Amino acid sequence: MLILECPYCGVKAEETELSPGHEAHLKRFGPGSSDEDFESYMFARKNPKGVHFERWRHSYGCGKWFLAARCTATLEVFGTYPAQTSEPPPDIVARIKARRPEWEGYK
Amino acid sequence: MSEAVSALGNASFEGFATVRELGPMGMITLRARHDLPALTKALQKVLKAELPERRRIVSAGEVRVGWMSPDELLILLPHADVTARVAALTKALGTAHALVTDVSDARCLFAIEGERAAEVLMKLAPVDLAALEPGELRRTRVAQVAAAFWAEEGGFRLVAFRSVAAYVMGLLAHSAQPGSELFPA
Amino acid sequence: MSTRLARGGRLIDRSRAVDFTFNGKRMRGFAGDTLAAALLANDQMLVGRSFKYHRPRGIVAAGAEEPNALVQLGTGSRSEPNQRTTTTELFAGLAAASQNHWPSLEFDVGAVNAAASRFLPAGFYYKTFLQPRAAWKPLFEPVIRRSAGLGRPPEEPDADRYEQAYAFCDLLVVGGGIAGLQAALSASASGQKVMLLEQTPHWGGRAPVDDVLIDGRPAADWVADTVAALEAAPNVTLRTRCMAAGVYDHGYVLAEERVADHTPGDGRPKKRLWRIRAGKVITATGAIERPLPFAGNDIPGVMLASAVRDYLVNWAVSPGDRVVIVTNNDDAYRTAIAVHRAGLTVPAVLDARAEANGALPEEVRSLGIPVLTNRAVAKVKGGKRVTGVTVCAQAGEGAVLDSFDCDAVAMSGGWSPVVHLWSHCGGKLIWDEAQAAFRPDPARPPITHDGSAMVAVAGSANGELLSADVLADAIRAVGGEGEAPRAQSPEEAPTEPVWIMPQGAPPALRSKMWLDYQNDVKVSDVQLAAREGYESVEHTKRYTTLGMATDQGKLSNINGLAVLAGSLNAPIPAVGTTTFRPPYTPVTLGALVGEARGEIFQPLRRTPMHDWHEAHGAYWEPVGLWRRPYCYSRPGESHSDAVAREVTNARTKLGLLDASTLGKILVKGPDAGRFLDMLYTNVMSSLPVGRCRYGLMCNENGFLMDDGVVVRLSEDSWLCHTTSGGADRIHAHMEDWLQCEWWDWQGYTANLTEQFAQVAIVGPNARLLLEKLGGMDVSKEALPFMHWAEGTIAGIPARVFRISFSGELSYEVAVPAGQGLAFWQACLEAGAEFGLMPYGTEALHVMRAEKGFIMIGDETDGTVVPQDLNLGWAISKKKADFIGKRGMERTFLSSPDRWKLVGLETLDGSVLPDGAIAPAAGSNANGQRNTQGRVTSTYWSPTLKKGIAMGLVHRGTDRMGEVIEFPKIWGGVVQARIVDPGFYDKAGEKQDV
Ligand SMILES: [Zn+2]
Repeated sequence: MLILECPYCGVKAEETELSPGHEAHLKRFGPGSSDEDFESYMFARKNPKGVHFERWRHSYGCGKWFLAARCTATLEVFGTYPAQTSEPPPDIVARIKARRPEWEGYK
Repeated sequence: MSEAVSALGNASFEGFATVRELGPMGMITLRARHDLPALTKALQKVLKAELPERRRIVSAGEVRVGWMSPDELLILLPHADVTARVAALTKALGTAHALVTDVSDARCLFAIEGERAAEVLMKLAPVDLAALEPGELRRTRVAQVAAAFWAEEGGFRLVAFRSVAAYVMGLLAHSAQPGSELFPA
Repeated sequence: MSTRLARGGRLIDRSRAVDFTFNGKRMRGFAGDTLAAALLANDQMLVGRSFKYHRPRGIVAAGAEEPNALVQLGTGSRSEPNQRTTTTELFAGLAAASQNHWPSLEFDVGAVNAAASRFLPAGFYYKTFLQPRAAWKPLFEPVIRRSAGLGRPPEEPDADRYEQAYAFCDLLVVGGGIAGLQAALSASASGQKVMLLEQTPHWGGRAPVDDVLIDGRPAADWVADTVAALEAAPNVTLRTRCMAAGVYDHGYVLAEERVADHTPGDGRPKKRLWRIRAGKVITATGAIERPLPFAGNDIPGVMLASAVRDYLVNWAVSPGDRVVIVTNNDDAYRTAIAVHRAGLTVPAVLDARAEANGALPEEVRSLGIPVLTNRAVAKVKGGKRVTGVTVCAQAGEGAVLDSFDCDAVAMSGGWSPVVHLWSHCGGKLIWDEAQAAFRPDPARPPITHDGSAMVAVAGSANGELLSADVLADAIRAVGGEGEAPRAQSPEEAPTEPVWIMPQGAPPALRSKMWLDYQNDVKVSDVQLAAREGYESVEHTKRYTTLGMATDQGKLSNINGLAVLAGSLNAPIPAVGTTTFRPPYTPVTLGALVGEARGEIFQPLRRTPMHDWHEAHGAYWEPVGLWRRPYCYSRPGESHSDAVAREVTNARTKLGLLDASTLGKILVKGPDAGRFLDMLYTNVMSSLPVGRCRYGLMCNENGFLMDDGVVVRLSEDSWLCHTTSGGADRIHAHMEDWLQCEWWDWQGYTANLTEQFAQVAIVGPNARLLLEKLGGMDVSKEALPFMHWAEGTIAGIPARVFRISFSGELSYEVAVPAGQGLAFWQACLEAGAEFGLMPYGTEALHVMRAEKGFIMIGDETDGTVVPQDLNLGWAISKKKADFIGKRGMERTFLSSPDRWKLVGLETLDGSVLPDGAIAPAAGSNANGQRNTQGRVTSTYWSPTLKKGIAMGLVHRGTDRMGEVIEFPKIWGGVVQARIVDPGFYDKAGEKQDV
């Protein structure tokens, strides 16, 4: 059972205090978008074995959504950060690169 | 005019710790960014209270102000004062983007008291009670429902939703059963 | 005979006799006994029957690894199956019964299975399914049924209490032997918060039994001193009777504490599940001795060598007067010494190795005990009890060279480190050739959140078998400094792997060599599996059931995979182990359930009027975690009668509904209107203050997810009503979009669902009641349909919404929850003269169906767009965007071929079966019958005196008047005409008066 630190309230919350919310940094495609864009927004998920960015809500705590960078294979957590970002912050990216030199990077 | 009643009519349980349902307690949810200057001023003006730091609950006389999230406070105060204070806070915040609303009847409040009060919570919440800092307000779950608690003179106060008050009382009573102490005397 | 010795027994208190029963027979033990020790002291070696062949089974081990000695413990409300006698502490009045036999333990009919054993080979169950079906019922099922089982599940509710508790530490040490104690001691010096768990009631592990000296004193003294030092340390918590069951991600460990297992009924919880979060875990879980595979090694009286000396030293119990010892290592010689010291006889030590010249064998020789090398047990003699052994050369094929009479055989096949906890979360193993055992690979530990090693291993669990090495290893494991205490124990020569005894045993012997005692898996079964092509150890496990019994193969796994490796002619590490999964030993369901039983099984959400409903005949319906009255039955009235009465009364006079469970979410801010326009399919920003509007909410796919009335409270605030089960979900949905997509928009939400009790006052007399209660002008002019007002009613602050889900004149009144019951009672009192009756959710459903109103979850199932439900009028054409708009634009969702909502009217007036599906001509690509529609809501309408229904029908709106057929559950069909779903007051005149 994971522990993730909520970047808003600083609680190191265990998984039962959190709600998962699928892949992070999806770009919304609304009316007027192509079928391909809409499909990728709604359905195409990376689901990698390895470095992954995902959404969590501190639902039994402050109620805020936050994002986590995590290795899906080893469950190593590279960091958590606020949801109000459209891509992983540089310090998290640097930490991942230090731990996973072979990582091809975000996107 | 009928009197407001708390969810459980102040039920209590005596075990290795004492559990009491309190209330009706006045509670106000105030949502605003904490860096809003008008917020600090409004708290000071209306409640004579400071803005709590992250995850802290501060007191000013009978009033408690708890940090619930980066844009939410929970204010506890005498039930009779709620309507006036909601109005006063709303007025003091003026045109600033904020939400002030009475949630007194949406919640229930418990006292868990006695030397071993922490052991009751240790059975229900995934929280390191030994690491709970003075004045810390911890939002978490107790068994299957959301709750928030903090230490007060003689034990802890715990806030939960009103509809599950009987469930929470059941949890606390089960956990405070004599003979189920977690540590030797 | 097994018996109690006159002297000794370090764990028993001879001054305290303890009476208990086994299969109803009265027996006596001492305080400090395990049930197994007490049974042996009463010469009860035979304790059960095996699972498949019903072979007699005796006590083999002295600890958690015991496969055989499982009993049904306790009776009635304190009855538990499959309890290990070796870990059950004796208490006064304990009642144990043996399992898996009929009619008695001594004489068992099922043992016929053993005679038929050549018909029950490995994979029997799987092969059976290939047989003709006709053979199943008369032939196989009776055999399997008789064989199945072990203990019986309890029939009464559990009388005991259970609980869980959370604990946090920097370091969790599992195992209270000398390794665990030393590790905890070293770690505590560094100031870390340490937790130390021991599964038995005693500290010290094997060292006190095995004559170890530490710093020149008996190990027991060092153990006592160390425990005292740890107890005095403020940063250390110690817990005995606490079994670490599993290690999980990020240092999460579950442990089961047997709080009052041995003191039943003393008011304490029987068991407590600890949910521990540890920075690091050290497993000092020791090692388990392996049996040796020789013919007849399952006959009662054949025991692990270490167990024999445990019983002698700990409980002064002799397993027999004459104990033959058979071994492949030096350690088992300790048992010979212990037997000799107890004044009993060791006819011989049979050592499979070519030489045995270490300190321990020499000491045994000096005691006058014959040590025979290159020797093996050819066969154990006896049925329900060992009577002797025949001896052969280990190198040979079993030709008998000698024989000894004996009543016990102590066997040792070497030691396997307990690597379970290391392995649970991904720790890898290496094969240690010297000790013929798997041990943790320090290079591949399980890792935790920061990528560092989560688990370290200390002592025998790490493959260290000599006490001095064990203590040094414990200090190393915690990264500690300093010298280890000096432990003295004799040097030991290497173990020589023996996987079959004798190595050239013919089939007749191999089919009597047990690997898994509980599941009856023999050497020959594993070899058969290998011959039949099972190369993977995981497949072989499932095929033979090796290691799948309640002991999870603690004794059998290594021997079994070694036999498999031998059969496949592959090295053991290439075959590998099966996966170690939690729990280490079985955990009682009660402990996993914890407090969640009875009244607090699940949070039950109560409205402020809940107790009133309960007291007034409410028949409850669960709605989410809420309970809502389905109806209020009067004496002698069926539920359907009650529903019909409640509907008719509301339609003709006055009904009262507790609608408090409706979700109520406040949305406020400069961008609140813009936000709600994105959230709902229709426009909410244009709603004037003081007005209400019905709104639909879709997900991004365009599918309908919730509906409800939105109220404009003020210039910058709206109150959104959601479905009863939907408040939390919709609130979370709103926060998701506000926080994660439009975080620059200024809008706050507050879930006020529980702040208000809400009461629907419904029926032609509704206005009369509110006027009588007084305080607000609720006239048609002052408060028209779909308007709301705020004021005071009956002295209680209230918001009144002129909305209707029934089609009648209706007001929904929201008051503070703390005054909800008072308001409800005021309504009942004042409403009596207007014919007021409360009604429940079923009447609500019937009335909404009569009106053709949809219900989320009935007419919707997550694949329905609003257009399917003819709700296109509630979808804004003007808005550039809203959640779900793009999704709905997909061609298949706007196709005229969709199933559309229609009313269904049975030709015979009956009620359509709920969920019935209308078949269509032809079949689909899978050969299934085509369908053309389904029933989504169906009721008896007391108003229209006929069955009414709604359903989704292929192109339904284009097929008005057509008759389609729905099959009934028990055969036959019902014909229904497709009609408009507005069955009652289509024009809506009644609600707008
Ligand atoms: Zn948080």
